[in-house]
Amino acid sequence: MNEEIIREKNKEVAVRFENIGKTFFGTVVANKGVSFDLYKGEVLAVLGENGSGKTTLMNMLAGIYYPDEGQIYVGGKPVAIKTPKDAHALHIGMVHQHFKLVDIFTALQNIMLGLDKNKKFNAKKVRNEVQEICSRYGFEIDLNKKIYDMSVSEKQTLEIVKVLYCGADILILDEPTAVLTPQETDRLFGVIRNMRADGKSIIIITHKLAEVLEISDRVAILRKGEYVGAIETKDANQNILTEMMVGKKVELKIDRPKTEVKQPLLEIRNLGVKSDDGTLAIKDVSFYIRSGEILGVAGITGCGQKELCEAIAGLRPVVTGVITHKGENIIGLPPKTIIEKGISMSFIPEDRLGMGLCPSFSITDNMMLKTYDKSKFSLKNHAITDKDGKAVCFFKKVANGTASVINKLPCPFVDRKDARKRSVDLIKKLEIVTPSSETPVRRLSGGNVQKVLVGREIESSPNVIVTAYPVRGLDVNSAYAIYDILNEQKVKGTGILFVGEDLDVMLALCDKIMVLCHGKNMGIVHANKVTKEQLGLMMTGSLDLTEVKKEKNYGIAKDSNLTEVEWENAEKAAKEAKERGND
Amino acid sequence: MVQYLIAAISISIVYLYGCVGEIITEKSGHLNLGIPGIMCMGTFGGCFGVALYMNSLPAQESAVWLLLILSSLFFAMLFAASGGLIYAFLTVSLKCNQNIVGLALTTFGKGFTDYFMGKINMDRFAWASKLFRKSLPFADKLGWFGEIFLSHGILVYVGIAVAVAVAVLLKKSKIGLNLRAVGENPATADAAGVNVNAYKYGAILIGAAIAGIGGLFYVMNYVGGSWENSGTIESFGWLAIALVIFCIWRPDLAILGSFIFGLLDAFISFSNVAFGISFTLAQKEIVKLLPYFVAVVVLVVTSIIGKKETQPPASLGINYFKEER
Repeated sequence: MNEEIIREKNKEVAVRFENIGKTFFGTVVANKGVSFDLYKGEVLAVLGENGSGKTTLMNMLAGIYYPDEGQIYVGGKPVAIKTPKDAHALHIGMVHQHFKLVDIFTALQNIMLGLDKNKKFNAKKVRNEVQEICSRYGFEIDLNKKIYDMSVSEKQTLEIVKVLYCGADILILDEPTAVLTPQETDRLFGVIRNMRADGKSIIIITHKLAEVLEISDRVAILRKGEYVGAIETKDANQNILTEMMVGKKVELKIDRPKTEVKQPLLEIRNLGVKSDDGTLAIKDVSFYIRSGEILGVAGITGCGQKELCEAIAGLRPVVTGVITHKGENIIGLPPKTIIEKGISMSFIPEDRLGMGLCPSFSITDNMMLKTYDKSKFSLKNHAITDKDGKAVCFFKKVANGTASVINKLPCPFVDRKDARKRSVDLIKKLEIVTPSSETPVRRLSGGNVQKVLVGREIESSPNVIVTAYPVRGLDVNSAYAIYDILNEQKVKGTGILFVGEDLDVMLALCDKIMVLCHGKNMGIVHANKVTKEQLGLMMTGSLDLTEVKKEKNYGIAKDSNLTEVEWENAEKAAKEAKERGND
Repeated sequence: MVQYLIAAISISIVYLYGCVGEIITEKSGHLNLGIPGIMCMGTFGGCFGVALYMNSLPAQESAVWLLLILSSLFFAMLFAASGGLIYAFLTVSLKCNQNIVGLALTTFGKGFTDYFMGKINMDRFAWASKLFRKSLPFADKLGWFGEIFLSHGILVYVGIAVAVAVAVLLKKSKIGLNLRAVGENPATADAAGVNVNAYKYGAILIGAAIAGIGGLFYVMNYVGGSWENSGTIESFGWLAIALVIFCIWRPDLAILGSFIFGLLDAFISFSNVAFGISFTLAQKEIVKLLPYFVAVVVLVVTSIIGKKETQPPASLGINYFKEER
């Protein structure tokens, strides 16, 4: 219907997908019978849940994959795009979600990489041409800067410039705003509008509805690899889009259940943590989490969230400051003791597997990673003790040792049966899609992997949950399932530290939000009293509430578990312990 | 003293060939621990070439310098590259573990060489070696300078020229840029339209061929055409790999680095003559250990400094799987 109306307007078709199908490993269907058009000089948003085949489809246009069936037309002619080079020749360029840049090269070298054979390898000429492109569309870029010195937004700019330099008329941007602050997103959208005005056709792959409505002219929607339909952006709203995307009505509301104010659970003062390269990743940060509260941590990637999480979990040494849990200092304790105290961490890195799960292990094995020592085969379960706690019988023979000695003995066997039962329960409860509980985690889809990780952490009934990017790359349904799980825990009285990237979600889910900028605490705000723009300014360091409201004593609980004197002593003790360690 | 420096320069060239070959290989993201074996295979190839040419002549006196060098170089590079081909096929095409393949190749190369060297007729090697060591024409007119720097056989200068050429190629040319990109981030190079596997094969084969010349040079030039077994060449191979770390993956620094290694190596034999120091057997072993020790120190220092430019190629040792979801 819609397409007919547009065709009447005599718009020129830039790309036509006709019946495109793609299957991986003979069984996983990524795309099936996808047909739609991209018009010249428009911004088309390709919308779909995670795993709906958006990226696969676009990779076929960019020459990374080759379709199993169907035909792609570019400029009205049927084409076979077998390699990225073929795509270049057709003036198609793609900016991938994970940037394809060589870290130790300069911006210019990255642009020159894989240049056309017939173009001369002349740094000066390339530089001039690139600068011309930059001034035409309003990019700002330092061509001599090395990639490892660049911010995420600079890298993205470079990627777009690179694609334009290769002469692209059709640009594909894969999740371009996933890592940008609101201000950077605005700048990107400005550039996209400039490019549209210049007659370029642009495809944006995304799952953020608000951005779709803001920047696109038209939206094409995919669901489970199939094309659902297209809609003019001016006729769309968030509910319509979600319904098309998910296939049923979804309540797009995140609850924020009210809980009564309780004592602080985890209190952190003047924390300083080093990053891998030896610089301070967290500088003098103080905050606390109450039981029954979700504290969000917002910030640009690399602002110290990861180091903060690791410091709390005991994985990264602390340079200064104190971390207390229920009034007890936990700095220097081994991670295992910290877990036993009920502090659990689930960090979802960009590749989603990295931390916490072992990819080639099954769900059962991964469940056991944290509970292997609680095996029922543990000797203590077989030692029969008398009323004084003395062991009287162990496999009929061992009788003389005391129970406490036996309790300390490590158990040589693991209890697989129990772990399997727990993982089957988890699969049922969280609706994890897997052939069995013994399938290697690596073979599950990203969303399901995350459910396993978050599920395992919650299963150990912690009292503090540190979770970073728990919904990274999840589809709408799974994401909301995870929010529900977190809220459930919150109501139970767990304190939750939630490191997130989607500000809209954080504003709805969290009770308070702490913003980090280059490892510094820029302020802690109540989520219902702050705007997205304010958070954006704080993330980039333009607004520092700790400076504005100095008298507020940022991040220090009035009803702390410890008195000020005790705090001072704790800090002194931590410092002394550190000095002793240095000697 | 002059003799010491001459020996040091001469021996350093064995390291240089091995090191430059390994650098090219590592720049493509492949850690080739088979280099010692490949140098052994190069030795055999070179000797085979020498024997083939020398024995085809009615008398050894009629040997032509250029033909001798070319035939031995050709076979040295051919055999070394065939060792490289085994490595490349297993690691690039079949994605086997690089370390295991490399170690296996070293064992194979040694055995192969020890066995087949016994089958070669080495009667005319002493004469051939003289031709290999023919110095530059104007060497004896320039006093000590000529003696130290110009009195070597042609392969010394070829080695230095290769190192300089590779350094320029890596830094300035398009091929160099693409190769470095392949070793740093193959997925990126792939997306930019660089044929990753072709570059990997090319780098491994060329690197192996260059390393192979090192073995030829050792037998025909340094020790004068005699052969015991592959043990010494193997240890040169391991040191060449250590030297790659020492010169932070830069062929131009490899010239300097191999000279330092050469100084250390020649020190044992010349300590008495040149410096009047004599070592016991045990002390000699400690001196021999120095190059490895220096390489470890460099590795520690560069990783403490943590500058990205002095680090190994980012995807070194990791095979590239084209992402399929």
